[in-house]
Amino acid sequence: MGRFHRHDDGTVHSHDHDGHDHEHDHGDHSGYATGGERIEVLEAIFAENDNRAEVNRTAFDSHGVRALNLMSSPGSGKTTVLAATLDELAGAVRIGIIEGDIATDIDAAALEGRGAQISLLNTSNGFGGECHLDAPMVHRALHGLNLDTLDLVIIENVGNLVCPAEFDVGEHAKAMVYSVTEGEDKPLKYPVMFRSVDLVLLNKIDLVPHLDADVATYIERVRQVNPSAAILPVSARTGEGMAAWFDWLRAFSLT
Amino acid sequence: MHELSLCHAIAGVVKPHAAGRHVDVVRVQVGALRQVVPETLSFCWTLVREHQDMADAELELELVTARVRCRGCGEQSEIESRWSVACPKCQNPDVEVVAGEEFLVTSIDVSP
Repeated sequence: MGRFHRHDDGTVHSHDHDGHDHEHDHGDHSGYATGGERIEVLEAIFAENDNRAEVNRTAFDSHGVRALNLMSSPGSGKTTVLAATLDELAGAVRIGIIEGDIATDIDAAALEGRGAQISLLNTSNGFGGECHLDAPMVHRALHGLNLDTLDLVIIENVGNLVCPAEFDVGEHAKAMVYSVTEGEDKPLKYPVMFRSVDLVLLNKIDLVPHLDADVATYIERVRQVNPSAAILPVSARTGEGMAAWFDWLRAFSLT
Repeated sequence: MHELSLCHAIAGVVKPHAAGRHVDVVRVQVGALRQVVPETLSFCWTLVREHQDMADAELELELVTARVRCRGCGEQSEIESRWSVACPKCQNPDVEVVAGEEFLVTSIDVSP
């Protein structure tokens, strides 16, 4: 292309070219014959979710509330962990729970009457992905909480080791429950989830005598994928190891 | 996963930039570490584009190889598999991801 260009509509303008780098805002020269134009976009596809996540996080921050996104596969023990947590901490730490499930209020009911505000989120009307919570869903759930009167919000995500890790919902940290009944290969099979968390609660250690599970191997496998997460072996059912989790949560809600 | 809803999200990103013009091409960068299957995304695009008033828009995917910088040995390397995000040189899992988490619309081609 020479220094002066004639467009299809007859306008002529000039450019200073050093060479053939055609990254101009107003268009790519190869399209002039057809009237086509390349437009730079550079926009994240998750932008709509991530922008809403920032709105959620700002809402938490402006009320001095810390938010934790708690994930796991179905049946690892998230709700049992939360019940024990509320029984221990709800007096000293003002806790709100955003309870996410595809259907039913079973978990919300299990956590009632333990001193926490509970906002239930059923995702069955979710767009394209009921299998995880996204930022717009959590935004709606915030209406069920009075953030003015809370120190800590725990978001109990949908049981799923794949999708939830991809969606920022406005939390300050992610944690997961991983139980010794699930097999020690799960970190290798679900590395995105295991890499995304700051803490792993290795749950159901009371069952170890009945399993072929070795807690040290479970810990080693998590370390292979996440070198820095805190790993706490616990039994939500018997209370073993739970003091370390309660301490972690107390410290987290004060940061 | 969720490639169908991701295609709707792609169309949502594209529309304001297209401003009513005919969309010929949509270019998307997909990092190797994202949980997105390129073939599935391409297939879902053929289903979604008609419903989003851009029936002729071709989806061009640029796949970005994952690169990590090892905090142990300091080496920067490409990694083959998203299932093993450790340093290929010394196997240390303590790495910084330098490339491979991209998922964005980079540019579009429009015509009147």
